[in-house]
Amino acid sequence: MGKARSAGARGKALGAPAGARGGRARPKPNPFEVKVNRQKFQVLGRKTRHDVGMPGVSRARALQKRTQTLLKEYKERDKSNVFTDKRLGEYDSSLSPEEKMMKRFALEQQRQHEKKSIYNLNEDEELTHYGQSLADIEKHNAIVDSDSDTEDRGVLSAELTAAHFGGGGGLLHKRSQQQGQEGDRPKSRKELIEELIAKSKQEKRERQAQREDALELTEKLDQDWKEIQTLLALRRAKSESRSEKEKPRPDAYDVMVRELGFEMKAQPSNRLKTEEELAKEEQERLRRLEAERLRRMLGKEDEAQRRRPAHASADDLSDGFVLDRDDRRMLSYKDGKMNVEDGPGPEAGDGESGEDGDGGSSAGDLEESDSADSHSDLGSDSESEEGHERPTEEQRPPTPAKRSTGGGQAAREAARAELPYTFAAPESYEELKSLLSGKPAEEQLLVVERIQKCNHPSLAVGNKAKLEKLFGFLLEYIGELAAEDPPGLGVIDRLVVQLYNLCQMFPESASSSVKFVLRDAMHEMERMVETTGRAAFPGLDVLVYLRVAGLLFPTSDFWHPVVTPALLCLSQLLTKCPLLSLPDVVKGLFACCLFLDYVALPQRFIPELPNFLLGILCMAAPRKQSQGYTLVHPFRALGKNAELLVVSDEEDVATWQRRSLSLRWAGRPRAQTKTEANHTRLSCLAVCLALVKRCVLLYGSLPAFHDIMRPLKALLAQHLADCGRPLEIQELTRSVLTDMENQPRRRRPLVCERSKPVPLRLFTPRLVRVLEFGRKQGGSKEEQERRRLIHKHRREFKGAVREIRKDNQFLARMQLSEIRERDAERKRKVKQLFNSLATQEGEWKALKRKKFQN
Amino acid sequence: MEREAGPEGARRALGRLVEAVLASRGEANAVFDILAVLQSEDQEEIQEAVRACSRLFGALLARGELFVGQLPSEEMVMAGSQGAARKYKVWMRHRYHSCCNRLGELLAHPSFQVKELALSTLMKFVQLEGVHPLEKPKWEGNYLFPRQLFKSVVEGLLSLEEDHSLLLSQFREYLEHDDIRYHTMQAASDTVARVTDGRPEVPLTFWNNAFTLLSSVSLPRQESNLSSFYIKHEGPSDKWKVVHLKEHRKAFQVMWLGFLKHQLPLRLCKKVLVIMHDSILPHLAQPTLMIDFLTRAYDIGGAVSLLALNGLFILIHKHNLEYPDFYRKLYSLLNPSVFHVKYRARFFHLADLFLSSSHLPAYLVAAFAKRLARLALTAPPEALLMVLPFICNLLRRHPACRVLVHRPRGPELDADPYDPEEEDPAQSRALESSLWELQALQQHYHPEVSKAASVINQALSMPEASIAPLLELTAFEIFERDLKKKGPESVPLEFIPAQGLLGRRDDLCAQHFTLS
Repeated sequence: MGKARSAGARGKALGAPAGARGGRARPKPNPFEVKVNRQKFQVLGRKTRHDVGMPGVSRARALQKRTQTLLKEYKERDKSNVFTDKRLGEYDSSLSPEEKMMKRFALEQQRQHEKKSIYNLNEDEELTHYGQSLADIEKHNAIVDSDSDTEDRGVLSAELTAAHFGGGGGLLHKRSQQQGQEGDRPKSRKELIEELIAKSKQEKRERQAQREDALELTEKLDQDWKEIQTLLALRRAKSESRSEKEKPRPDAYDVMVRELGFEMKAQPSNRLKTEEELAKEEQERLRRLEAERLRRMLGKEDEAQRRRPAHASADDLSDGFVLDRDDRRMLSYKDGKMNVEDGPGPEAGDGESGEDGDGGSSAGDLEESDSADSHSDLGSDSESEEGHERPTEEQRPPTPAKRSTGGGQAAREAARAELPYTFAAPESYEELKSLLSGKPAEEQLLVVERIQKCNHPSLAVGNKAKLEKLFGFLLEYIGELAAEDPPGLGVIDRLVVQLYNLCQMFPESASSSVKFVLRDAMHEMERMVETTGRAAFPGLDVLVYLRVAGLLFPTSDFWHPVVTPALLCLSQLLTKCPLLSLPDVVKGLFACCLFLDYVALPQRFIPELPNFLLGILCMAAPRKQSQGYTLVHPFRALGKNAELLVVSDEEDVATWQRRSLSLRWAGRPRAQTKTEANHTRLSCLAVCLALVKRCVLLYGSLPAFHDIMRPLKALLAQHLADCGRPLEIQELTRSVLTDMENQPRRRRPLVCERSKPVPLRLFTPRLVRVLEFGRKQGGSKEEQERRRLIHKHRREFKGAVREIRKDNQFLARMQLSEIRERDAERKRKVKQLFNSLATQEGEWKALKRKKFQN
Repeated sequence: MEREAGPEGARRALGRLVEAVLASRGEANAVFDILAVLQSEDQEEIQEAVRACSRLFGALLARGELFVGQLPSEEMVMAGSQGAARKYKVWMRHRYHSCCNRLGELLAHPSFQVKELALSTLMKFVQLEGVHPLEKPKWEGNYLFPRQLFKSVVEGLLSLEEDHSLLLSQFREYLEHDDIRYHTMQAASDTVARVTDGRPEVPLTFWNNAFTLLSSVSLPRQESNLSSFYIKHEGPSDKWKVVHLKEHRKAFQVMWLGFLKHQLPLRLCKKVLVIMHDSILPHLAQPTLMIDFLTRAYDIGGAVSLLALNGLFILIHKHNLEYPDFYRKLYSLLNPSVFHVKYRARFFHLADLFLSSSHLPAYLVAAFAKRLARLALTAPPEALLMVLPFICNLLRRHPACRVLVHRPRGPELDADPYDPEEEDPAQSRALESSLWELQALQQHYHPEVSKAASVINQALSMPEASIAPLLELTAFEIFERDLKKKGPESVPLEFIPAQGLLGRRDDLCAQHFTLS
């Protein structure tokens, strides 16, 4: 209690005389009650707050407050029963008195209402407005209405205004003029006002009468109209009918008209786009995607783009297009070739022009899901649709999926017939495996497809999570298929499409799943390197994962959460794993291909790659004279596997034909005859040379190209000297070498970018704003605020202590006075007793004396 | 001795025998029974016998019931006419001797428990013998140590046939004591000398054992605390060699030099070099004597050279060693494999030290920078992340080398003037060249490498980048870091639909590989 009071007391003591709160200004303080705090010096700008105090008054007020609160508490200290005021909102200070009353009234009404029987529907409570019954108001409706006329509400006549507010001066003047004309006697003010009132009343009455007339006339007109209305019903104009008709019986025509009115109006449709426009739009969209990709590739993230909430590349697919084209072609778009290639474009656009015309590029989510669906549907109808949707310019090679449809159409149909149509989404990997294992590829594909359809996110709430899990399971399944014997590469080939679709739906979870499998592979490799110092070349599953990662995510980004780790993983494959056998070589070459495919678009430099190819070429060189090159880590110049690729059999060399390397064989090598092995060796060599050639083309523009290729060049020259090679390989070697030679050798010295000169440091003084003299300055805003708070806290704390002390003194005083009172009472009583005793004694003695006397 | 079933029975029987021998001299022949059990095949029995011997001879040593002084031969004493007590003592000392021999043999026992027990028993004898010497002190306060016995222990440890690394790690705790350490060093150098003397091929196991023992000897840095003796003496005298750190250092040096003068296997050589700078060189009395070994190792080439660098550096830096063509050799050490070896971090740490002097000539630094840049063309990303800041640091330290990255108005060249084959950095013409390699690495596939290489595009900032945290970087760490890194936006997706595993037809994978 001390606090609140102290604040009040201080406020009061502030110069103003006590008791000024109530607005009653005390005329003059008693000079004996005023205490003046004399100031020793006058300081300019200092606010003096405590120069005059009234100790007596403030003490009295403090005492009064204590008697009201503390004393009360003290007196009631041992009492257990309390008086509570249960009136609604009595102690609620947030309610105004009106609100309080309203609430109480509402409560009262409610109570009243509750008491009545709930079956009594007739008894209605009376509604009021400002205490008046609403029913009454309704009764006097007409009168009230006429009184508060709409026309002249708020419009005061000039005279009235002048009479009321103008002070009457002007009016008087005017009147006096009139009076001057009529008669000289001037009217008094009272008369004037009376006249005015009378006049305005009359005006009002006239207006009322006029309106009543008008009303009457209207009604009459209405009646007349109704009489002839039936005659006019057929020929009435539309516009008239709707507004004027009051409550005619709704006839069929009207109903129809209304219905039509409520129906959605046909909106002006977009004009069907011409073929050129469609092609142009498509081109625009591709350009946008490409620009987006380029931006990410260069790693330039300006702030504005970073601040955008969502990335466009994921959303861009939402416009229902399925794009299937080569990036390099797209690049060539810019070169102006698109006009040449645009020819077949319109045909492609033809089939979907209807849908396109409406939706355009602004199609919503629904369409996205549709398109995803239709795309995932590999049935024949979707196939044709796909064909239409594809705005490819060049004749696209038949996709694996497409190729499969030709042959397996019948099988597909059969599978379609016997498989159930709905599948629950698998909750665990085992479940998925049991669903898929043992079935032919077609059926597996169909099952996955149907799972996806049955659990489309738009169908139920939990489906999203289910499909996200499905992605992870499928990935795991693929890994297992690749590790199987023989590896189920055909199935993986098909499932990749499904994975792509799922990934488009859930990029986040897909990326984390892919990251997870990559991390697993890396962990495995790292563990092997830790324990044995080197790692065996990982199985086909890791390569498949890396390939899938490259298919699902854009490999050209400067930094990508999935692709960058995948690149590191590939780099580890090429630097940490020694090649111990022919399948290892095949896998290594596949990893090289992957690497080159990853960087095909951004044309990034891979230091590991020339190294690795050098190692492989070295394995194929029969005579080692290492001149001009050194082999690094996974390869050794001498050792067990140093001549892994050397073919010495003349006959095998002669019969060799260039073929693609088999991944299936690399995954689970079975024994080969010597000839086959030799052929594989030569194929490896051919692939290796092709990769070198690709590298040459890719890095030809790098300034250090010849330094990068120097070892390879030396080794290839050595290869060329060796004549025991098939002609094709020799040819290839020669062409690679000439390619190398043909690369430009211009070297321009490096020059730093010019940077802006740093301005000299100037010794300008630091200016600090002085806010208030005498206050502590300096420090940051926070520091100042902190200091202020500390100061305030200390002040308040002291005040509180003081108040508590005063409370204690007050209480002690009260207790003392109580004791004194009690003592005085007791004294008084004792005295009284003595008195009475003395009287008694006196009486007794008097009686005795009397007796003696008697 | 009656045989009782089980080790428990054997233990009790042996106990009884020991009690009997200790109780009266008349029962002394029971010692033969105990020693016979030592020859047993059963591992448990041997252990029991060793314990019994330990108890028996421990008590005898403490009682002084063994002959003190030059031991006469047994037959002579038995035949002689000295007193029975003397005969008994001499006889018993002979038994003690044979017991110790047997225990020394047991150090090569296949079972580790037996080995361990034998070792601890022998060490107990060493302690007791030290306290109750078996030889007469030549003068007052003569320092006596059971050298003979201890030498047999060390010889047992440095076995030719068996790898004793476990046992040696047990032995290591005795090496805490200063006297044991001192005598170990002496005994070890003797043993090494004896074993290698006149033997053309020394087995690898011996070298391994010797290295394990030698490397576990670590001298204290200060002299003050040479007082923790295994054998407690009343008042260690100042005259004793054991209490002086200088003597310890001498012994240490003799031991290592004796060890290193032999043609060591390459792997062992590496191991020695790894601990050289830290635990060998600081303790030698004359560190410069190590120069022979170090230069020999430096000339071997490859990883060994890298490792020898560290020791050489200490000698040059702290002991004023003059080493001609040091930088030239260092330059020749830079070959493509330097990024792939295990000691990469150590090498670059040292290289950073060597090249930190600002008094090096510009041509030298430029040659190093150019060479490193050239090598970086084949380096994996983890090495690149380290070597690129390294090169930039070189350029920062030596402003004269900035022409490598900034040569305004330079003539356009046809070929790189730098000659990578040149051995001498002075002749390599690196200063006329530019770091085009770094320009190529700006196209590197890993974003961080690309960024690190792009630093040269701007004028280099003054403060050097510390490469210390990058030295130990592994590809796996980078991988984990990339995985954890959060992109600011959602994951970008490929907008070209996947067609199959091998991708489109013009992808390299599809060109060169088939699934079937």
